[in-house]
Amino acid sequence: MSDLRDLYQEVILDHGKNPRNFRKLEDADHQAEGNNPLCGDRINLYLKMDGEVIADIGFQGRGCAISTASASMMTESVKGKTRAEAEALFQRFHELVTGEAEASPGAPELGKLAVFAGVRDYPIRVKCATLPWHTLRAALEEKQETVSTE
Amino acid sequence: MLDVQAIRKDFDILGREMRGKPLVYLDNAATTQKPRVVIEALVEYYRNYNANIHRGIYYLSELATEKYEQVREKTARFIGAPDPATIIFTRNTTEAINLVAYAWGRQYIEPGDEIVLTEMEHHSNLVPWQLLAQEKGARLRHIGITEDGRLALDDLDEIITERTKLLSITRMSNVLGTINPVKPLIDRAHAKGAICLIDGAQGVPHLPTEVLELDCDFLAFSAHKMLGPTGVGVLYGKREWLERMPPFLGGGDMISRVWLDRATWNKLPWKYEAGTPNIADVIAFGAALDYLEQIGMEAVRAHERELTAYALEQLSRVPGIRIFGPRHVEDRGGVISFDLEGVHPHDIGQLLDAEGVAIRAGHHCCQPLMERLDVSATARASFYIYNTEEEVDRLVEAVRKVERVFSRAVN
Repeated sequence: MSDLRDLYQEVILDHGKNPRNFRKLEDADHQAEGNNPLCGDRINLYLKMDGEVIADIGFQGRGCAISTASASMMTESVKGKTRAEAEALFQRFHELVTGEAEASPGAPELGKLAVFAGVRDYPIRVKCATLPWHTLRAALEEKQETVSTE
Repeated sequence: MLDVQAIRKDFDILGREMRGKPLVYLDNAATTQKPRVVIEALVEYYRNYNANIHRGIYYLSELATEKYEQVREKTARFIGAPDPATIIFTRNTTEAINLVAYAWGRQYIEPGDEIVLTEMEHHSNLVPWQLLAQEKGARLRHIGITEDGRLALDDLDEIITERTKLLSITRMSNVLGTINPVKPLIDRAHAKGAICLIDGAQGVPHLPTEVLELDCDFLAFSAHKMLGPTGVGVLYGKREWLERMPPFLGGGDMISRVWLDRATWNKLPWKYEAGTPNIADVIAFGAALDYLEQIGMEAVRAHERELTAYALEQLSRVPGIRIFGPRHVEDRGGVISFDLEGVHPHDIGQLLDAEGVAIRAGHHCCQPLMERLDVSATARASFYIYNTEEEVDRLVEAVRKVERVFSRAVN
């Protein structure tokens, strides 16, 4: 059993408590909703696109420290990135939190998102960490239905 | 007083470690642990007298039938029902409530009729009535709750009226622990000509229950929340209703005579038990009833009242904690829902798990109640006969630790 401190790192606690980009974008042109009803994580994600680039991003909602921090750090990571770059980052993030694979050659750098590595030891929390990312994908694909990772 | 240390020896699972620490099991409102005698009764059936019941003309089947029917008698005695034929075995409380919603509801509910529920009901006492109301054009009414989690009884005259056909409420909330004043509510509903179902999933395992005294028309509860195995529920019903209602499920065992195009029904209680029932688990449930009867339900209640009072007192000293439900221990059972300022209940649950303390975090199948409390979830600790003050101390210490971990992150 790994130490819980690997899961609840300072950076995660900080973003969980003081989430960045925690706002509704009034001029959003893409949005999506994520909801894990069993555990009560809920997120509304707003995007402002400039062609293929995510020009601005914000979110609202409430959830556990893992899902809130994941949403907060995701918004910081993907702002200014293209659709394809964001998707590649999600792939890499997913591999990290599920512990499925090591980084493949040419995979993007995770940067600060690497703090979520501890999630792999708590399979039940993978759904918390990935809910914001699945919601981002739905927003980019302009899907109407609510996303869930439960 | 219960001899808790002696009781604990009957539960092997309580001796095991969790995350390298002695297990503190505080999720009894979800399901309780099972004493060795219950597990042994289950195994003994399969090992020594496994046979189908009500049909064989051989000794094994007779034996299995006798053991199965004895549990019906024990169950009747346990809740003070004079007639064992008024005890129907189902899969769980949910199925027992659905039985009434289908068999009674489809026959007796008409457009414009009203069904009265409360805001603190479990989904299993909400959704079956929603389905019925939608199908029949009936209306659902809900008794609200006060700030301290008791039923708001001020506008009862507005809610329980001549239009009310059914009052269906929980004896004890699985989230707030509130023990509801069901007896006066039942009397009031009866005076208006309505019938009453009591959801006893939390009440029957923790409080003495006398159905004749309550005068409820139906009572539903589950074996697995009172030391018994999963897969067994009980519906008690007044004989007049069970006789008048049509069957629930059709099939073997519930019939008297079958032609190609029609059938007549078996006598009570078998009219409502179609197909081979859960023989093994019903028999094991009998051992659970014996165990509780030996302790006595008054003693169970007294032990939980004491433990709950201690836990409320200790928990209320944790910085940032908010405890839901009634303040007075007389008004509540051994269920304590709480949250910590700035910490999601799931994070509380995860950190407690690391300390070997098993609690529940989530909406507890009470989404409308969560809306009413304006929370997405709560953390919940719930007690039973084997829990101790030392375990409450472990809980409180773990909650304090969560508070410390998360207060590090403030700005």
